Amino acid sequence: MPVLYTSDHEWIDTGDAEAATVGITTHAQDALGDVVFVDLPAVGTSFKKGEVAGVVESVKAAADLYMPVGGEVVEVNEALRADPSLANSDPLGAGWFFKVRLSDQAETASLLDQAAYDALVKEA
Amino acid sequence: MADSPPAPAMLKTPLHSLHVELGAKMVPFAGYDMPVSYPAGILAEHRQCREAAALFDVSHMGQVRLVGADAAAALETLVPVDVVGLDIGKQRYALFTNDAGGILDDLMVTRRADHLFLVVNAGCKAADIAHLRATIASRCRIEPMPEHALLALQGPAAAAVIGRLAPALATLTFMTGADARIAGIDCFATRSGYTGEDGFEISVAARDAEALARALLAEPEVAPAGLGARDTLRLEAGLCLYGHEIDTTTTPIEAGLTWAIQKVRRPGGDRAGGYPGAATIERQLGRGTERKRVGLIGAERAPVREGAAIVDDVGIAIGRVTSGTIGPSVGKPIALAYVPTARAAPGTKLDAEVRGKRQPMQVVPLPFTPHRYFRG
Repeated sequence: MPVLYTSDHEWIDTGDAEAATVGITTHAQDALGDVVFVDLPAVGTSFKKGEVAGVVESVKAAADLYMPVGGEVVEVNEALRADPSLANSDPLGAGWFFKVRLSDQAETASLLDQAAYDALVKEA
Repeated sequence: MADSPPAPAMLKTPLHSLHVELGAKMVPFAGYDMPVSYPAGILAEHRQCREAAALFDVSHMGQVRLVGADAAAALETLVPVDVVGLDIGKQRYALFTNDAGGILDDLMVTRRADHLFLVVNAGCKAADIAHLRATIASRCRIEPMPEHALLALQGPAAAAVIGRLAPALATLTFMTGADARIAGIDCFATRSGYTGEDGFEISVAARDAEALARALLAEPEVAPAGLGARDTLRLEAGLCLYGHEIDTTTTPIEAGLTWAIQKVRRPGGDRAGGYPGAATIERQLGRGTERKRVGLIGAERAPVREGAAIVDDVGIAIGRVTSGTIGPSVGKPIALAYVPTARAAPGTKLDAEVRGKRQPMQVVPLPFTPHRYFRG
């Protein structure tokens, strides 16, 4: 399965060998409510796994966006910046946040697969 | 982002099961398990209220009767407001002040034929009732009304809805109230609210609250709205929220609530002073204050939220944001903040600090969205 998850309710699609795509999960956008603003990282910036790479804000609350794996941001979703509600309407598709070139493929080993993430959400 | 289940001791309003049935997202607020939003979401509920009519459950708020011929004069010893001069059926905004001129709570007072009807904030109601009992219990009877629910129907279509269900209420103007029967249910309604829109707040026996809510929700213009939309609506309307814009450390003058102090209670008036903190408030009425509550609108896109610092040209904090969000109807970041009076004039440019970055903002006149009250 190329799509993996974090316990911070982000998803990362590692299907493309060049760059993995990162977004927030359906559960995350539901918990946040209407997303009205996203602060995306600058292309070319490198982050370590777990560092804050951006912010997603709903009417009610702001949440940090964590780097699911270490690497360099190679692309951000300008369409999402222009229309943050894409994070609500299509969180797993058009509402993606950024693409990252992994610095260490091995870091994906600690991420959750679909079954493990579903179990986490069910518990919450 | 973890969901936390409500604590077992959480209080419920008479509409709790209806909220759950409607799919509301419930959150703890002032000790109550309250709907923050319904499946439509805060933005849609906000628009519903600006464009049609939204129904809010505000039963968590405190309702209190002050009974007795001396009640109005007694209440005037606690608020800098003209209560004695309030005609039967009229409603007025008031503030409980403390000895320093700070604000203990804000409230609505309606003069009824044989009593005063008070609506106070949920988070303050226990303290307010204790305050009333400690100060004026010898002059009037203080009767909390925990057996009553409070519903708010707000929006430009509210009058049409009420006109169909209770034609007698359609003639009420802003800040007046009357007994009524809505869809066959006895209640007391005032033409008031907390959204900046025309609308009604309806006090009803708890046992009838769900039937009344269902009757209102059955009308085509009406949809439920939660506390989330209530907050964005009141913020766009420039209205203070207790614990945010106003508290024991802010005075009515600093908060821009001078209009709530009628002439008769100001120096030179027939019943000037005589309330807690009068010396401070009278001094501020004469000389002004060092800081003032203002409205700010953001030039960029990031919301500027409560707690954000307002900084001067060299980055020194000169003020603080008390509430802030993206105004759903304004379409831009809006905030209420305290700033030095010298920087409070509309048009003044100020920066707010958000996550270490400066966000340019500008002082604008309040409200952010025009009030659309029905004044007849």
